[in-house]
Amino acid sequence: MKELPQEYYQLLEEIQAADFVLVELSLYLDTHPNDIEAIQQFNQYAQYSKQLKQMFESKFGALQQFGNSFSDANWSWGTMPWPWQV
Amino acid sequence: MWFYEKKLQYPVRVSTCNPKLAKYLIEQYGGADGELAAALRYLNQRYTIPDKVVGLLTDIGTEEFAHLEMIATMVYKLTKDATPEQLKEAGLGEHYVNHDSALFYNNAAGTPWTATYIQAKGDPIADLYEDIAAEEKARATYQWIIDMSDDPDLNDGLRFLRQREIVHSQRFREAVEILKEERDRKKFF
Repeated sequence: MKELPQEYYQLLEEIQAADFVLVELSLYLDTHPNDIEAIQQFNQYAQYSKQLKQMFESKFGALQQFGNSFSDANWSWGTMPWPWQV
Repeated sequence: MWFYEKKLQYPVRVSTCNPKLAKYLIEQYGGADGELAAALRYLNQRYTIPDKVVGLLTDIGTEEFAHLEMIATMVYKLTKDATPEQLKEAGLGEHYVNHDSALFYNNAAGTPWTATYIQAKGDPIADLYEDIAAEEKARATYQWIIDMSDDPDLNDGLRFLRQREIVHSQRFREAVEILKEERDRKKFF
């Protein structure tokens, strides 16, 4: 496996942080479905996470499966490293 | 349906090759209170639980698969450079003869995962109380593994997982209250 740039880890960690907010808000909203402020924060982070992923994927290939990410001219799903390899 | 995303929920790092720690950690992979049991328990209960808590069981069950992947990554990283001799010294000789260094769903003592670890009673309160207990048992197990571990990088990931058990337990407790409220309301109208 070729060495990955520091940027890979930085961008990935920003995504992990944003998506953690989304997981936490999802579970919270499952038991507090009427909290409008939490819903606003959820939508704000959903937007932010999408932007971060677009940036990551333009450099390091698709994050998501089955058409939830676009592909460039090189199908990188099998060639870019898996989470347990980095 | 489900989608895979090519990232861990939280970064997993380990300091050194340490098959002994991997042997302990496998408890949370294929043990009674491990992540596989949790994911399968919640995602199976959700078909017959009241609509008000199906969303919660779906989301927590899905998160458990992300935790399962984190445990697998920890075990993989702790064992990938180990020689058969080192595995034997760590008490993984029996594992090696059956699986080489492949992962398998068993507990720390080597007993394979079984569906008898989980239950679905069709009674929502019984099911949710089991889920709360499962989270508390998993939280305790993470603490005991952290106590056995001298790897600060690994412990960072384990502390994240321990805290998630607390959040899940709290959300399940809220789900119980939601169902009790609904039940009491029906009594009066």
